[in-house]
Amino acid sequence: MAALTGIIKGLIFALIGFIFGGGIGFLLINAAGRSGTNEPVIALGYLFALIGWLFGAGLWDAWGREWVGLPARKLEVNGWKRYFRFCTNHKVIGVQYLVTFVFLFLFAGLLAMLMRTELIAPGQTIMGPNTYNTTMSLHGIIMIAVAVATIMGAFANFFLPILIGAEDVAFPRVNALSFWLLPPVVILLLLTPLFGGFDTGWTAYPPLSVINATGSLFFLMAFITFGISSILGGLNFITTVITQRASGMTWGRLPIFAWGIFTASMISLTATSFVAVGLIQVVLDRVAGTSFFNASQGGNPLLYEHIFWFYSHPAVYIMILPGFGIILEVITHFSRKPLFAYKWVVGSFFFIVFLGFIVWAHHLNTSGMSDYLYIPFMVTTELISIPTGVVFLSALGTMWLGRLWLRPPMLFALGYLFNFLIGGVTGIFNADVPTDIHLHDTYFIVAHFHYTMMGGVIFALMAGIYYWFPKLTGRMYNETLAKVHFWWMFIMFNVTFIPMFWLGINGMNRRVFDYPEALGGVNMFVSIAAFLLGASFLVFLTNMVYSWLRGPVAEANPWRARTLEWQISSPPPEENFPEPPQVVGDPYGYGIPGSVHAVLNPAGSALNTGGG
Amino acid sequence: MALAKEIHGAYSRLHTNRLGLWLFFLSELFIFAALISSRFYLQGFYRPAELNQLLGLVISVILVLSSLTAYRAEIASAHGDQRRFRLNILFTISLGLIFLIGVVIEWREGFHFFPPSTGFGTLFFTMTGVHAFHVLTGIIALTILYFLGRSGRFTSGSYWGVEGVVKYWHFVDVAWVLIYPTLYLVS
Repeated sequence: MAALTGIIKGLIFALIGFIFGGGIGFLLINAAGRSGTNEPVIALGYLFALIGWLFGAGLWDAWGREWVGLPARKLEVNGWKRYFRFCTNHKVIGVQYLVTFVFLFLFAGLLAMLMRTELIAPGQTIMGPNTYNTTMSLHGIIMIAVAVATIMGAFANFFLPILIGAEDVAFPRVNALSFWLLPPVVILLLLTPLFGGFDTGWTAYPPLSVINATGSLFFLMAFITFGISSILGGLNFITTVITQRASGMTWGRLPIFAWGIFTASMISLTATSFVAVGLIQVVLDRVAGTSFFNASQGGNPLLYEHIFWFYSHPAVYIMILPGFGIILEVITHFSRKPLFAYKWVVGSFFFIVFLGFIVWAHHLNTSGMSDYLYIPFMVTTELISIPTGVVFLSALGTMWLGRLWLRPPMLFALGYLFNFLIGGVTGIFNADVPTDIHLHDTYFIVAHFHYTMMGGVIFALMAGIYYWFPKLTGRMYNETLAKVHFWWMFIMFNVTFIPMFWLGINGMNRRVFDYPEALGGVNMFVSIAAFLLGASFLVFLTNMVYSWLRGPVAEANPWRARTLEWQISSPPPEENFPEPPQVVGDPYGYGIPGSVHAVLNPAGSALNTGGG
Repeated sequence: MALAKEIHGAYSRLHTNRLGLWLFFLSELFIFAALISSRFYLQGFYRPAELNQLLGLVISVILVLSSLTAYRAEIASAHGDQRRFRLNILFTISLGLIFLIGVVIEWREGFHFFPPSTGFGTLFFTMTGVHAFHVLTGIIALTILYFLGRSGRFTSGSYWGVEGVVKYWHFVDVAWVLIYPTLYLVS
């Protein structure tokens, strides 16, 4: 019972908040003489329900009490029960994120299976257009959330403080807050089908998103809430990297994963609040009768597309930069060589952040925007291949003449390089205006971004899971099953998505439940491949659940890696380090005689982390 | 050892809090940037003649003045002068409330001349509304400060709460300094 008190109190307070806010909404509708809409009631009710939920779930005990002069209450529970409470320990929050998002990932994967079932033959197979669009939209937004928040929320939370030698993140309570903002997001998204669904896709373009069913309002509010969580996360990680580094952890010694999180956080801190305004504008058009996107009153739907992609293009780098970080970490540790061109990679990360903000209009090539915008945005978009190319060169240079150790994390890292290369090369055709006008909104785009998002981010996530699982859980997974999972997933992923390029070039539109008869055969093939791809995750899930419960106890450093997280026990002790470590050298000095990364016990005996 | 825990690395808790607050302002700035760019994207430099220029100027001056009293409250707190601290917080809250009353009057006139369903009204009500919401949260935070100060929570050596809220109040002021010309002065 102690485990669930926070959640129960949160739900009760949320209900009270909803009644209060909804009541205000109801009075406002009557005062304004508007009838036939209940959306103001829902919007205001949700706003107060969200506040009620957060305070009930633990914000009041951990923080709010201080605002009225009372001492904050310490969380009284320990052990597994902490994972259901407003716990401020970064390792607990990391696990909360990881488990939540792996389940969301599998759920959204099932939605993809439903979509492929519908698309197995032309015409209607198992669902109508509306159901299909809602399924597609839910799959899209949940997978976006998975890509944005899993590596950032789970691995950055758990490992960033340890990698830089800190005890916790800079703002532990803000950290817990950013996790507890997520249950409302999940609930809202799951409620959408009951309120007519939402058929706009995750992009929610007006005017459709202003006039469609109430499910769309739920989706918009979920997106905004998720945005707040993402902003707070970014703020926390930037501050953590700047202020919490251990003595001697200079910027030049920062592990590359920390750099990936730092640069990605710069984007999520700034761009996310920009898109929140776009979403709020749609909500206001629906709820308050404004006309941002109503052309007859001087509005313009194109405004939304500009605001939305000003966030959502940089957002793909929120997903990719931490992925680059994991991949480069894994490649350097499993090649037993120093990371090649470290400084150039860090520079490239910053260059990607900068370029990410000035490429957004390449998503608008068929929107009817002003002609003079096409060429500049095409040029800036293609410039991005330079910093990403540097990252690839670094990966190749690190492996060059190294002794590759083909354990599961390394396999996923190599798979990542292969997939992301295809994703990157096909991106050129989308950046080029002449080809993109043909390819826009076809399955070519679907295949392209799945190669970067699934073939990239999800492979990086898997590399991270297989790399850090022993440290996270204190147990080791079954290596054979992990390798089976890799080869199964890698092969079926490519078999599924390569034909989609062909489908797109031949005119199959995305976001439609139907397609021309002539494409039936290839679609049947793709659907069957997709089911087999989906089945590969059963291997993953079995391995993870069984190993976490019954797996053999893991060593402290099964990979003989040099970074700080591997120098402490598995799982790490409550305060990470018995005393602040002293960093004295490069984290990746493999094979360099006498190279030492850190001294863990500066005062006592020299328990240092050299060798390799 | 206790000291080493308190000053982890080169940054104290206070430095960390300050950095976090400034990053929060940076994030907030993007909200106002999006609103201001929406204004120019949708309406260009259009400005209806019915805008109450006198009222707009008066509430702008009042809000800027409130930043002065907020600053005085922070300095008083730094010097441990609790009486002057509370007095200046009360001044700031009052000026903030007067500002909000001004916005309400503006809105009443606005509903008549350019309702929220019109092009300019959409932007006017959204921008002033988002800003007024920030003022409201600022007033709530100042009120909390007032009562915490009265119960002796802050001393001249430890007044981060005061510093944080006052900085936030300045930020809300700066945001208005950006919004005011965007709505009232361009043409």
